[in-house]
Amino acid sequence: MAKITFITADNEEVIVEGTQGSVMELAVQNNIKGIDGDCGGVCSCATCHVHVNESDFEKVGEPSEIEADMLELEDEVSEYSRLCCQIKVSDAIDGITLKVIEE
Amino acid sequence: MSENKSCVVIGASHAGVNFAFSLRKAGWKGEIHLFDSDPVLPYHRPPLSKAYLTSDNPIESNALKSQEAYNLAEIKLNLGVKVTALDKDSKIASLNNGTSQAYDKLVIATGASPIIPPIPGIESAQHLYPLRTAKDVTNIKSAMQTISEKRVVIIGAGYIGLETAASLKKLGATVTILEREERILQRVTSPVMSEFFQKLHTDHDVDVLTSKNVSAIETSDGVNTVKCADGSEYTADIIIVGVGVRVNSKLAESIGVTIENGIKVDETTETNVESVYAIGDCSFHYNPRYDRFIRLESVQNAVDQAKVTAAAICDKSPVYDTIPWFWSDQYDIKLQMVGLSEGYTDIVVRQEEGEETKFSVWYFKDKELLAVDAVNNAKAYVIGTKFIKKPSIVDKEQLKDPSVLLKPANLLKK
Repeated sequence: MAKITFITADNEEVIVEGTQGSVMELAVQNNIKGIDGDCGGVCSCATCHVHVNESDFEKVGEPSEIEADMLELEDEVSEYSRLCCQIKVSDAIDGITLKVIEE
Repeated sequence: MSENKSCVVIGASHAGVNFAFSLRKAGWKGEIHLFDSDPVLPYHRPPLSKAYLTSDNPIESNALKSQEAYNLAEIKLNLGVKVTALDKDSKIASLNNGTSQAYDKLVIATGASPIIPPIPGIESAQHLYPLRTAKDVTNIKSAMQTISEKRVVIIGAGYIGLETAASLKKLGATVTILEREERILQRVTSPVMSEFFQKLHTDHDVDVLTSKNVSAIETSDGVNTVKCADGSEYTADIIIVGVGVRVNSKLAESIGVTIENGIKVDETTETNVESVYAIGDCSFHYNPRYDRFIRLESVQNAVDQAKVTAAAICDKSPVYDTIPWFWSDQYDIKLQMVGLSEGYTDIVVRQEEGEETKFSVWYFKDKELLAVDAVNNAKAYVIGTKFIKKPSIVDKEQLKDPSVLLKPANLLKK
């Protein structure tokens, strides 16, 4: 199980728990503002952009080549950017904090 | 003010659902009533022919929004309820449950329905399905589980047909695709892309046959024989029909809305009837970038139009002006498309070095970049998107040369 903290664009902190699927799916199930996931989670739309808390980035890992390229469509891309449809919910990411980036 | 007003949305798929949420976000204080005859909590459609078809996940894992999200946004979601008639003067929608709903604003997001062509015998064929709804996929999955032979014939080699072929192949079917035109994807892409996908499917042991006009289907003992005009015959335990869609425009038509190739709307998505809007697959709209009226069957169009309509209803003055984009996933191939290639005069194919299945096709009208199809190459897709959004003169020689790194600065005409 993983406990994940989302910080939305209006600085609201929401803590959610999940065991499976992607972080995007978990966010949508929990109505996290700013995570749309328009393409349904196949790394095609870049509407689930988050900045991973710096100290949590190692747990989450680097984006794949396709994901890194898609992130270039985003204005607020940083070295800690990820598309959260590409992050799997698992014990390994328990306790991470993600800042939601709304375009 | 919108406090005591009511907005009725017909159709709760990508366009209708995104519109309802966008409307609330844009500040609408009145009621929002969302209707769909599909009883399932609104879901993502693109995965239906792809990941959802091959996985055991429940449809809920594909939901566009949670049920709670509708409650929180005070959107009244009426599933399994069909709007049967509209009264233009009194602004009332009649429903199939015997009740009705008044509206001040009406949004038609009725989408389109799969065409079932009038082929002799098609009505008595066994296990013949279109692929548009969750129920269609449930039917296909259940047929795949109960039938041991799993000989599948797919009529129509558009994206739905090809994606379904890839998915059913993965599930162990023997797949034959019958396409009426001379090449697959003829209506939607260039010969170079058609050729690539023809080979891709052939390499995966799918029979892709073109110039095959299905003329009859005969069924006995639960097994279908699909007959073509050239005399050839194909045995099918399951038949998938993917030959295109017809816009659901009857309700719009009944209140005097102009129908052309879909429901005609202006740049704010409003129809010729005041306070009536049409969005998503059913809307026939003007695209300023390509300077023509178009109809698009895509998530991008549904979501972006939804936002425009919401802004228009809340008295902002939006204009629908976006660059269309699409995607398709088949086997381990990710195709991403941006722009509209129709009318191109010139194609540049860029093949990345040492990677057979990583390339991009760039469509130009003389100097102007119209569209890019990128195969396993998100970088090309992203650069193409940027170049189309901010018109740029591309150096075609540089672009063509795989030893030139794929970076915007390297590709612009000096």
